[in-house]
Amino acid sequence: MAGQIETCDVAVIGGGPAGLAAALGARRAGAGTVVLIERDRTLGGILNQCVHDGFGLFLYKETISGPEYAERLSEDVARESVKVETGAMVLDLAADRLLRVNSRQGYRLIRAGAVVLAMGCRERTREMIEIPGTRPAGIFTAGSAQNLVNLQNLRLGREAVILGSGDIGLIMARRLTFEGVAVKGVFEILPWASGLERNVRQCLMDFAIPLELGSTVVEIRGRDRVESVVVAKVDGALAPVAGTERVIPCDTLLLSVGLIPENELSKRAGIELSPLTGGAVVDETLMTSVEGIFSCGNVLHIHDVADWASFEGFAAGERAARFAAGERAAARTVRVSAGPDVRYALPQLATAGRAGVEWSFRVTRPMRNVRIEIKGRTSGRVYARKKFARLLPSELQKIKVREAVEEDIEVGGHE
Amino acid sequence: MAGTQSSIHDVVVIGGGVVGCAVLRELSRYDLKLLLLEKESDLAEGISKGNSGVIHAGFNVPAGSLKARTNVAGLALIYPLADELGVPHRKTGKLVVALADEDRPRLEELKAEGDRSGVPGLEIVGESEIRRLEPLARGRWALHSPHTGIISPYELTIALAECAWQNGAEVRLEAPVEGVSYDGGLFRLATPRGVFSARRVVNSAGLFSDEVARLAGIDDYRIFPYRGEYLITDKDCGLRLGMPVYPVPSRDDPGLGIHITPTLEGNIIIGPSAEPVGDKRDAASTRQVMARLKAEAARLMPGLGRTSFIHSYTGLRPKLVDPRGGDRFGDFIVEESAVRPGWVNLVGIESPGLTAAPAIAGMVAAMIGTGLDLRERPDFVPERPRRDRFAAAGDAERAARVSRDADWGEMVCRCEHVTRAEVTAALRNPFGARTMDAVKRRTRCGMGRCQGGFCTPRIVEILQDEGVPVERITKRGGGSRLFYGRLKG
Repeated sequence: MAGQIETCDVAVIGGGPAGLAAALGARRAGAGTVVLIERDRTLGGILNQCVHDGFGLFLYKETISGPEYAERLSEDVARESVKVETGAMVLDLAADRLLRVNSRQGYRLIRAGAVVLAMGCRERTREMIEIPGTRPAGIFTAGSAQNLVNLQNLRLGREAVILGSGDIGLIMARRLTFEGVAVKGVFEILPWASGLERNVRQCLMDFAIPLELGSTVVEIRGRDRVESVVVAKVDGALAPVAGTERVIPCDTLLLSVGLIPENELSKRAGIELSPLTGGAVVDETLMTSVEGIFSCGNVLHIHDVADWASFEGFAAGERAARFAAGERAAARTVRVSAGPDVRYALPQLATAGRAGVEWSFRVTRPMRNVRIEIKGRTSGRVYARKKFARLLPSELQKIKVREAVEEDIEVGGHE
Repeated sequence: MAGTQSSIHDVVVIGGGVVGCAVLRELSRYDLKLLLLEKESDLAEGISKGNSGVIHAGFNVPAGSLKARTNVAGLALIYPLADELGVPHRKTGKLVVALADEDRPRLEELKAEGDRSGVPGLEIVGESEIRRLEPLARGRWALHSPHTGIISPYELTIALAECAWQNGAEVRLEAPVEGVSYDGGLFRLATPRGVFSARRVVNSAGLFSDEVARLAGIDDYRIFPYRGEYLITDKDCGLRLGMPVYPVPSRDDPGLGIHITPTLEGNIIIGPSAEPVGDKRDAASTRQVMARLKAEAARLMPGLGRTSFIHSYTGLRPKLVDPRGGDRFGDFIVEESAVRPGWVNLVGIESPGLTAAPAIAGMVAAMIGTGLDLRERPDFVPERPRRDRFAAAGDAERAARVSRDADWGEMVCRCEHVTRAEVTAALRNPFGARTMDAVKRRTRCGMGRCQGGFCTPRIVEILQDEGVPVERITKRGGGSRLFYGRLKG
């Protein structure tokens, strides 16, 4: 086996909303052989466990469920004669675009003309946020819980507390309520909800589930199974305030405390990562610091809506196909940084002189009547300006520069 | 298990920690009918899973003590033993660092103590040698111990038991000894899984060894639990620690001080604290200690304070020293009871018990041998059943395995690269340990940075395929169920 290395034009790693779109984008841009590698048994990624409505508004102009969204994209992929491999996991990626892939069909090496990273993200855990206490059964990350409930039909507990107001946590609060679990409350350490407003409304308020902002779980109790959690208010530095502790009896704790782009393979390939996004540093073609390796979707940065991950996927796939066909980019000399009230702007690099580049960004705090500006770092010139009545950290926003930029720029907010 | 109730065992070992399993494996060399009783749902569920995993050289304990003698003897035995059993380990060496000149005399005391005990190769080194030995450490002076090493304590425990099992020993899990009677030269041990008769008993019940002895009418011991908290970094934290680095131990610290230890996989372990607690099962982590661990680790290794942690755990030490005063040093107790001949007590086996385990096992075999006729089995197999790891294999070997058995092609744990074949093999262990933690300790599933977020649903499926009903899937036995049945009937 070791002697044989298969080849393809474009290899897409991950078959969720971004990867499916990337495979389509690559084929439609003329790539001959496109391999789509998905570690789950079916295509669709996390979409498959998102049985709720609300997907596809931008891509399909109607709202459908996660599995329906996955099915539509998968059908398109099937029509485009993409070589789909499910139940296959890429274990290693080298900078020269050599992939090591394992599946029940065999362990193989694949050399790709271009690679699209679309591995998605993973959830932050109890240990990462360092909740003290015991280590009983009954602690689940919200996404794992979603899988166990929606795909395996399992009853996780009777009384649940949810820490963190990320979208999956909000959706699971509603889902558990439907299943007869008493959701005692959602606790969020920040003074604002992390998830989308519509989810706060439709998943909590409509079911009278309390959302307590500025509070967190400070201790987990129970030896075998969770017996209770201790919650407390936090101060401005997010530290628990002594004397505000409250014991809440429950047998289940769900954590929805953030997502982390899953860049293990990117690291193996030596790709430069951004500490702000947790994903690769990319240019306006979504190419990473390693030639011919592109990134899109939640592995690049955490999205609020699946559709945008797909749009990014289409673009990355197209660029990967063009790279595989021999197209090479000019030097990427424009550096983009985050200015006031902006957490990050992406892409972080751009080709000097290229016009019409669109930047994604997130703000650091909820704001009203904001002006977002893209400014030249040397000239101080404003290249683009966009007004927003409201901006929330939970939303991924976009701003486009029509003209060509030749200097380093900054994306900043002005309230 | 009606059949086993009437049969008589030559030796019953109580407690499936590293010491109990080492005793079982040592005794399995001989033509004896052996049984190990463990109260938990798996082996190594107590002290043996919550420590630093360090093979100690033996300079931290007073020369002449049983701790020192079994440690130094154990040091010579444990490396070949780990090789024989195929348990991953590494002789890393170790540094005890003094950050200031005034701490140097303490290093010299440690060295002198170690020299007296016959610890090999100890030397005091200066700044440049510290840097050469461990670029991530810092200090004015250090005691370098070249023969210290690291090993996975629970892998060693399981391997010892599997080797003993292969040589005919039985192991019963979830079998706490709740009553002991003695008549006609036989001990009768009552457990929820039956009553077992034994000619000899080895009490290796760790934290509960005092209580188990009391069941047999031996009221000689009192165990004081001391809690030790740990943090573990991500393998990708950017810091590659080559060897354990310890501070100069404070005279007031009931432990060895908060130190940093590499794992074989590349994580860094920080800890432990040492705090007397009232409850032998109180393995909670606390906010205060977690903060202290980070601060002290950063003193030994600048940069560690800023890294991300993927896990915390807590161990309990079975100390014989009353925290309210009295003796500062409690030695290991390895003795046959005067009031109950044939009953051997192993009490207060805390650090360096992991390293000392093979030596203690030898002592116990000698004690058993004075009463029972020990005949060596000609067919004794010193190894254990082979355990293959996908992550450790090269390309050609991986390809060959997958083509032989497709289960090697199905990835279950994305962080540690564990396949379905390994999970299935772990679940089919000879002792019937089929909890989530049993899979974790045998395969590393769930030990990576996602902490089981990805593999838990997959392992839950495999457990059901292996015949475990949903309601009986637990984290670690007892009441630690994961689910309350199925939704919608």
